[in-house]
Amino acid sequence: MPKTETETPKMKPRPIVRLGIFLISHSLLVSVVCCTAGVLALLLLPLLAKNTYISENALMPGSASSMISNRDISEANRLASDLNGLNFKPQDSAAVESRRILTKYMSDLGAEVSYHKFHYKPNQFHPLHFFSSPDSTSSVKNLSCSAHGVNTVGIIRAPSGDGKEAIVLVTPYKFGKSGAAETLSLSIAYTVFSLLSRVTWLAKDIIWFVADSQYGEYAPVEAWLRDYHTPVFTGLGTLNADRCVKIDDPYVFEQKSIAQRKISDGFRRAGTMAAALILKVADRNAMLEDTLNIYAEASNGQMPNLDLINIVNYLAVHRQGLRVKVEKVLTLLDSRWLEILGQIFELLGKVARSLNPGWKFGISAADYIEGSATLASSLYYQALGIPTGPHGAFRDFQVDAITLEISPKVSPHNKARHNEFLLRGGRLVEGVIRSINNLLEKFHQSFFLYMLTSPSKFVSVGVYMIAFALLVAPLPLVAASLYADANQLDLGVKNTKSTPTTTASDELDITFRSWKWLYAAKEVFLIHVWGAAVSLLPYFICQIPNCSPTSSSVIWVFLSMLSLLILYLIVGSPSTHVYISQSEEKGEWAILKSATISAVFIGLLVMSVVNFAAAEIGALLLVPMCLMAQPLKLDMKAGKLRSFLRIICNVVLGFIAFPPAAFFVVKTIFEGFDSINMGDFWNWMESLWAWNSATYIYIGLVTAGNVQFRSSPWTLPWHSAPCP
Amino acid sequence: MELPPRWAFLLFLLLSSTKASGSAVDKEEFQEELLLKPLPDRKVLAHFHFETRAPPCNSNGRRHHHLFPKAISQMVEKFRVKEMELSFTQGRWNYERWGGFDTMSSNNAKPPGVELWAVFDVPKEQVDASWKNLTHTLSGLFCASINFLESSTMYSAPEWSFRQASGSLRYGMLPREAVCTENLTPWLKLLPCRDNAGLSALMDRPSIYTSFYHSQRLHLTSNASDLEGLNPGIVLEQTLTVVLHPSSQRTSLTHISESYLQPSWSLSSIFGRKVNGRCALAKSSKVYLQLERGLVSELKKNIGSEGYDVEANFELSFNPDRVLTEENSRHGIGSSLLYEFSVDKYSNSKPFDLGLTWKFPVIWSCQQAPLHATRFLMGSGNERGAIAILLKSTDLNDSSPVADSASDGCELHVNIFQIVPWYIRVYYHSLQLFVDDQLKAVGAFVEKIHVMPSKDKISPGMMEMVLKLPCGVKSAALTLDFDKGFLHIDEYPPDANQGFDIPSAAIIFPNFHASMHFPSNDSERKSPMLSKFQESSPVLSYTEVLLVPLTTPDFSMPYNVITITCTVFALYFGSLLNVLRQRVGEKERLLKSKAAAVKTGRPSELLSRLSTKLRGRSQEPSQSPSESSPLINSKLVLKVLLMAALAVAWQYYFG
Repeated sequence: MPKTETETPKMKPRPIVRLGIFLISHSLLVSVVCCTAGVLALLLLPLLAKNTYISENALMPGSASSMISNRDISEANRLASDLNGLNFKPQDSAAVESRRILTKYMSDLGAEVSYHKFHYKPNQFHPLHFFSSPDSTSSVKNLSCSAHGVNTVGIIRAPSGDGKEAIVLVTPYKFGKSGAAETLSLSIAYTVFSLLSRVTWLAKDIIWFVADSQYGEYAPVEAWLRDYHTPVFTGLGTLNADRCVKIDDPYVFEQKSIAQRKISDGFRRAGTMAAALILKVADRNAMLEDTLNIYAEASNGQMPNLDLINIVNYLAVHRQGLRVKVEKVLTLLDSRWLEILGQIFELLGKVARSLNPGWKFGISAADYIEGSATLASSLYYQALGIPTGPHGAFRDFQVDAITLEISPKVSPHNKARHNEFLLRGGRLVEGVIRSINNLLEKFHQSFFLYMLTSPSKFVSVGVYMIAFALLVAPLPLVAASLYADANQLDLGVKNTKSTPTTTASDELDITFRSWKWLYAAKEVFLIHVWGAAVSLLPYFICQIPNCSPTSSSVIWVFLSMLSLLILYLIVGSPSTHVYISQSEEKGEWAILKSATISAVFIGLLVMSVVNFAAAEIGALLLVPMCLMAQPLKLDMKAGKLRSFLRIICNVVLGFIAFPPAAFFVVKTIFEGFDSINMGDFWNWMESLWAWNSATYIYIGLVTAGNVQFRSSPWTLPWHSAPCP
Repeated sequence: MELPPRWAFLLFLLLSSTKASGSAVDKEEFQEELLLKPLPDRKVLAHFHFETRAPPCNSNGRRHHHLFPKAISQMVEKFRVKEMELSFTQGRWNYERWGGFDTMSSNNAKPPGVELWAVFDVPKEQVDASWKNLTHTLSGLFCASINFLESSTMYSAPEWSFRQASGSLRYGMLPREAVCTENLTPWLKLLPCRDNAGLSALMDRPSIYTSFYHSQRLHLTSNASDLEGLNPGIVLEQTLTVVLHPSSQRTSLTHISESYLQPSWSLSSIFGRKVNGRCALAKSSKVYLQLERGLVSELKKNIGSEGYDVEANFELSFNPDRVLTEENSRHGIGSSLLYEFSVDKYSNSKPFDLGLTWKFPVIWSCQQAPLHATRFLMGSGNERGAIAILLKSTDLNDSSPVADSASDGCELHVNIFQIVPWYIRVYYHSLQLFVDDQLKAVGAFVEKIHVMPSKDKISPGMMEMVLKLPCGVKSAALTLDFDKGFLHIDEYPPDANQGFDIPSAAIIFPNFHASMHFPSNDSERKSPMLSKFQESSPVLSYTEVLLVPLTTPDFSMPYNVITITCTVFALYFGSLLNVLRQRVGEKERLLKSKAAAVKTGRPSELLSRLSTKLRGRSQEPSQSPSESSPLINSKLVLKVLLMAALAVAWQYYFG
């Protein structure tokens, strides 16, 4: 754009160029309008949410009546009581025994049962593995026997199915030390499993995966999926596991029961996974009815297909009468400003309806608050890029999965309501599995990019992109205008003085000047390299033994400061400086700013493809800062009220947009001042890199961009220091 | 009783047929048999076997058929089919539970969908043409889309692994073919009595199609020249193998501890029908009940030292006409029993409804193939992946029916035959072999390998391989990497998002032969099914069908695609035309004339110039009666805002 602009005066510009020039010359107005509109559009999103609908006709949820009988439930109750009977035993033997009972029940249903042993290794950040997919070959050797688990997998082969596809049902269970709620989730799964073992409509195999959740719910699922998709044949891992797992010998069974149906140690598979449901039962809730919580966010803001959420929601609400919830930011629920905003929107909606009864965009203030709280949580979890449950592991292998957390109205010990609860939960899962079973193709019909504002309302990518596009739109305009200003300021001065015919030396000068942005780009690049280096630092800090989160974060901050200082000393050394006048200094600053803004713009656009929500939040923080930034020195010299205000804005924005600062500010707002702790930030960051979240890189980038602005006011004075 | 005319007619037919064909040798004959076999996992296997024979053609080549289906004989004659097998299968044969070592599994366990292979008796260059014609004929004959096998991307010509046939064998599979009654009806039509009488009357469609596995097979052997004298004419062998669940099974499960008593069943309980006598045209009509080796030895144990009183364990509702014991001199682990029932003596008034009632619980297991084969996909994503074939030892400790090669040097030969469609681009050089959990050099274990790499849109990739494994091998794994290719838009099948199938691979153990010898009664010719059992055939098993998800375009949005494409094209051609159309000289002239006017390039001045220009133009058309205000900029902004608001409103209400 700047290129064309330098040429445009010579010939008649085309309308599109003229439009561009017009926008660039009014970049201030445009950026103010766009940013305001962007924030407004974000606030409007709950209003613009559409009702969900089941897009894939083949799913046909709820079209068949449920087949779960009382016999399934009584069997499940027997299993539960058998498992509960082990609670008095010592833990180790109870774990083995409960696994054995479970296996027996599964194989009595005609399922193929196998054990899957895995080693738990905590996620560790490794810079070289950040971009690669998880591979199982590495780091198998140096495992201790201390952390291993045994999952139980039961597979029902679909009668007259071809076994190409499978549906996975996951129940996390702590063998040996489970609570009543976990046992309840197991009995719901068993109810469904027992039904599915005798139905004739099954076209896909059913895998019931009882995850040994003593090391968290994610690790066993992830280990199993990795072994399912990328097994190791060299047998190093399995040998190790065998040596460790000595207590539970799967072959020792009462000879009567399953003499020949032996539990194979081998890994059993069942085709390509079509979808996965993670079933959990929470302890009793305070609500007056049974509720169902849906968790869907997987790593890097990936979401399962909306149809999966739709069928769960449809069946839960319209068939089983459960109250469906999705995660929301609770503190937003009673925030005053949101309420006012909601009332304004409600009023606007009423006005609109009075004008034309066909217009129905107003929603009530309560709905608005609810919607925006949900949206905020949706945005946050997607931006964070950390899966909200074991379903995240499935998404990494391109399997749609969600976690269903059912919380009963009464405590699970209540016998009277117990069976009814089992029936409802079982019917829900049965209905969902039946719908997925109906599906011939994999999930592709509905949205993958969306945010939920309630279980039955969503904002699709086409709508929420508007807010982001509006926020980001000023950046290239401002960059172009700054660049044009910086270049043509001098050009204009020259032109007025000299004749229109330019001499050869002038041309050289112009070409030299037109490449001046390279210096700025170099500076931006260096600062970004520094940002990358800072984001790699934690890997080395992790190696320091016995380091509390607080101290490691202090080390981190210290090291980054140090590196910045070193970088500054090396690169910003005064040897490169040239004689710079006041106006040229300003021009240089403008070019630097425009280069930074371009880099930020490109970064935001790229991030919006990778993880939209992170880009959106990043844009919210970065865009105002980018637009406002101005060297403090220049403003100080001006000494007017306006520039004083600008200084204040700059400092505040620069502070807020600094990720650790932003983290603490948000935390203070939501949790009060007392809970602030330096270590929190470290933990938060640790979780980010441990989950390979792209947001982590992004934060490095944001930090770099931020530091860019903070350092530039000071680097410039350095450059201009020898100025008389 | 309601069928006297038909009976009369059939009898007449029979009589006339016997009359027409004078000598006994070149008489067309039809035999029907049914084998029932309890399976270890509480299911029952029913295996119908129909065999129709026609004598070889006379010298003139034309002949009148009495029993033999004319369509088949014409087909054989026209395409010179030497041997052919077509199978329609739904469900998977469970090799672990239903056995993998007997003739039943190696002959009648088929991969899901349609499998067709044929050997032609024509010169090599005509084989492909014959194959194409054959697929179309069969497609019409059996109401199935076998004609898709016509395309050269769908079939291949295995050289030696699948079956010894030098170059004239063609093999194709359609894993996705849905099998239903529309395929069964034409198959039944080939039988002389269809399903009106005889054993085929048992084929109740609902009970067959809700079964766990059913496979209908048509095997054809023709010997046009009678030179060998062994197997004259055309032999059409039709089998239907069904694995059924006795319906009483679930009710007993309430008491899990007692449920190990095998379910009792009868023909009427599993099929819902009874046998009302034989097909009048059949030479013989027999029902067999087979108790396999493992079961017999378990039953003997159950009774204790009594020895041979297997029958004490169960009760049969009819007395068998004969009891055949397998002759197995080689392995002393008990031999299977065969109870023979002749249907001849039963009629409408006295239907044959064989029932089996167990008295004592019994648990046994079927004989397994030496290695159990599974195949699966590795990797995720839309770019690449790997196919893995895993062979696991099945512990042949309980029985050592190890055939010929067990003693000498002890090597286990495994043939692997696999066809992969062209859009799965397998890199055969990436073949890795793991034996007993260790990566081994491929050359050390592969005795012979034959690979036909796929050609895009022309032919599928084919791999034939002979593995030579040590006998004590615990597990062996093969992996092959592949890239996922892209298809042209019109090559996608209707349900492209389901993924694409890789047909089953065949795993053959050439030095293990499954055969059962039963003592033959000299008086009559052996029943065709028993002689089939006697034929020694290598143990064969099929692996799973794999489903590979490929990248698919979004078919549901053709409109969007068209719009975007058109926009891109319009922009591209518009600007190209614009550039091409401008004359350089004119530009220069314009430049010169305006040289004075263009003083600066500063945006503000440019803008003022621009605004005058705009103003001048806006006055010119003068469609708007409004004033030509000096604040043209704000007006423009207003307009832009208005447009934006309109767009938003439109998007919200109609979008």
